[in-house]
Amino acid sequence: MSRIPVAKTYKIYIGGKFPRTESGRYFPLEDSKGKVIANVCRGSRKDFRNAVVAARNAQPGWAGASAYLRGQILYRIGEMLEGRREQFAAELRLQGATSRAADREVDASIDRLIYFAGWADKYQQVFSAVNPVASSHFNFSVLEPTGVVSILAPDDSGLLGLVSNIAPAIAGGNTCVALASGSKPLSAVSFAEVLHASDVPGGVVNILTGFRSELTEQFASHMDINAVVYCDGDRKTSRAVQTVAAENMKRVIRRTGTDWSGADAEHPYLIRDTQEVKTTWHPIGA
Amino acid sequence: MAIPENKLAFNGGWEYAPAPESTDHVRIDKRYGLFINGDFVAPEKGKYFDTINPASEEKLARVAEASDVDVDKAVKAARDAYRGPWSRMKPAERGKYIYRIARIIQERAREFAAIESLDGGKPIRESRDVDIPLAAAHFFYYAGWADKLDYAFPGRKARPMGVAGQIIPWNFPMLMAAWKIAPALACGNTVVLKPAETTPLTALKLAEVIADAGLPPGVVNIVTGAGKTGAAIVEHPDIDKIAFTGSTNVGKIIMRALAGTDKKYTLELGGKAANIIFADAAIDQAVEGIVNGIFFNQGHVCCAGSRLLVQESVADEVIAKLKDRMETLIVGDPLDKNTDIGAINSRMQLDKIESYLAVGKEEGGTMHQSSCRVPQKGYWCRPTIFTGVSQSNRVVQEEIFGPVLAIQTFRRFDEAITKANNTPYGLSGGVWTDKGAKIFKMTQSIRAGVVWANTFNKFDPASPFGGYKESGVGREGGLHGLDAYLKLGAVS
Repeated sequence: MSRIPVAKTYKIYIGGKFPRTESGRYFPLEDSKGKVIANVCRGSRKDFRNAVVAARNAQPGWAGASAYLRGQILYRIGEMLEGRREQFAAELRLQGATSRAADREVDASIDRLIYFAGWADKYQQVFSAVNPVASSHFNFSVLEPTGVVSILAPDDSGLLGLVSNIAPAIAGGNTCVALASGSKPLSAVSFAEVLHASDVPGGVVNILTGFRSELTEQFASHMDINAVVYCDGDRKTSRAVQTVAAENMKRVIRRTGTDWSGADAEHPYLIRDTQEVKTTWHPIGA
Repeated sequence: MAIPENKLAFNGGWEYAPAPESTDHVRIDKRYGLFINGDFVAPEKGKYFDTINPASEEKLARVAEASDVDVDKAVKAARDAYRGPWSRMKPAERGKYIYRIARIIQERAREFAAIESLDGGKPIRESRDVDIPLAAAHFFYYAGWADKLDYAFPGRKARPMGVAGQIIPWNFPMLMAAWKIAPALACGNTVVLKPAETTPLTALKLAEVIADAGLPPGVVNIVTGAGKTGAAIVEHPDIDKIAFTGSTNVGKIIMRALAGTDKKYTLELGGKAANIIFADAAIDQAVEGIVNGIFFNQGHVCCAGSRLLVQESVADEVIAKLKDRMETLIVGDPLDKNTDIGAINSRMQLDKIESYLAVGKEEGGTMHQSSCRVPQKGYWCRPTIFTGVSQSNRVVQEEIFGPVLAIQTFRRFDEAITKANNTPYGLSGGVWTDKGAKIFKMTQSIRAGVVWANTFNKFDPASPFGGYKESGVGREGGLHGLDAYLKLGAVS
């Protein structure tokens, strides 16, 4: 008799733990032949609020970690993903990717993590300034993380698109809550398992699965979110996101139409998008 | 002679003699049109409003009220100028025009300073030494960027946005116009700017300067009016970027109005900065910092140090010294060179401040005002402090935009940080201590865009300015301020 394989339960990732959605809801994910691959958590607004609490609690510690350490942890995520290339490729194939496309997406995701790992202790030097003011003051501007970032990850790029949005946010000391692709959510959950094995402190990255139609407004309106990144949607979505984001002046970052495998997705200005410039003055004198 | 109780009774023996700035060299027309396409033109609907001197309540001039139609004309002129000469011009030449503006402002600095004080009520000492020189410096600083933008954003190609719509407040009328126009032009954009309705005159004088500097028509257009004119700019479909400085409430309205459009925006909004005094600070200097933080420009400053957090062990000493110092402040004629605190900008703003004084008392705060005389006519508010207030009090949480300071105490470092960060705002902050390590810890912990350590309310064109949280989006000033007026793309 052949062995019965053990199927994975796909759960969400909040505060370094893998709970099921508190709502108890799910949606079936089917392959191209209509066969159910997995019952995916249909995350709720309450899940999101819990994730924001976790992200907020984790934020000072993560921002306070040395840039060197953040870089090493991002590198470690890349290492862990490298070790599980086959699993991720298989999962992408299961969700409809060709074998070649699946391999390419996994490789690009690993390389992207290594790319942003390298920036963690460099972007500050590129974007900071000592400002030559006319009075007798020492004046300098540095970047600081904007805080907690909500990410509505791209739907069409379940792994690479997610990684490309999470990596720059956390490289810069933010913590985040991401909503996985709706049509290809499995890679996001497996990626959470990689994060969990990579010394990323609990709460730094939180990943939900669920319906965009239910959660977009919550991601954009929550009063303890400092910036919202969204990657899909038409003008109507833009209007909805920015309208509610205005309530606490969130930074609104629109990344629609990005080719996640291209150069558009790989530059340090993506880190800068979720940074604040702080300028400090001090008198010079004896 | 009895020894005065106040240890700073500068004025105890002799009164200060009046030292008014002369205004005989100042030219203000009876009526101003709109500056569109290089000319002053009458508003389409023929409406005008008065701008008055808040220190005397006398009319200074009639100023055109721009309607939708006028704004549309201004945007068309700006668009034509953008397509035509301005975006095709060699950047170095663009820079030379901006240098010219800086130089002419320097030449006419006295006139500008006097008009700024007449129209807005601020002390001549401030308009003469701060507002106008800094405005000229802003143009001079950004002029030099015009042909160097490729060096500002490594790995990116910077391109202008197009037409910028800019709306500025009444607290630093000329300086805010410079903050907005100088970087916009340097980055290759053209501009439609609306000054505040209570302080339009220096922007209109700036229009004269721009014409004298020979800028191509339509590169800068200045339209006057109130909120409706501003809304017409925000909603105009052919504007690419909105830059606004003003209240957080209006900032939110603008952000919502722009939702679903491709317009970019930068918003410089309100603040409720904490000025934090540790026991180990140089107390006399700190007291000067408190005074400069909240009484500079009548407290009409978005980054004003409107909250004082003082360590408990020195609270009594600091407050006693502050009260003594407040007694020496001269409130009165903005044109007098001795004046420390000028007129409140408008009747409306005075009403708002007075309503907050009532709120502060109702909430249980103890109010103290200096005993100075104020003139009969005009809008005035004595320097005011509240003690005995708590974190949830409205005078602690909300921006008053007047010479009103809310004082709280703290014991431990963490308590100071928690209190300092406990408002929706994050524009600025101040810290006073003699310990270097503590300064860095504080400046890192304050969630605000500008932190002054052992100083307060300093500004410079090279220094980025702007807020965290609900104090706004984006930066103005310095290299970082260029970003507001450029599209960054891949190097092709």
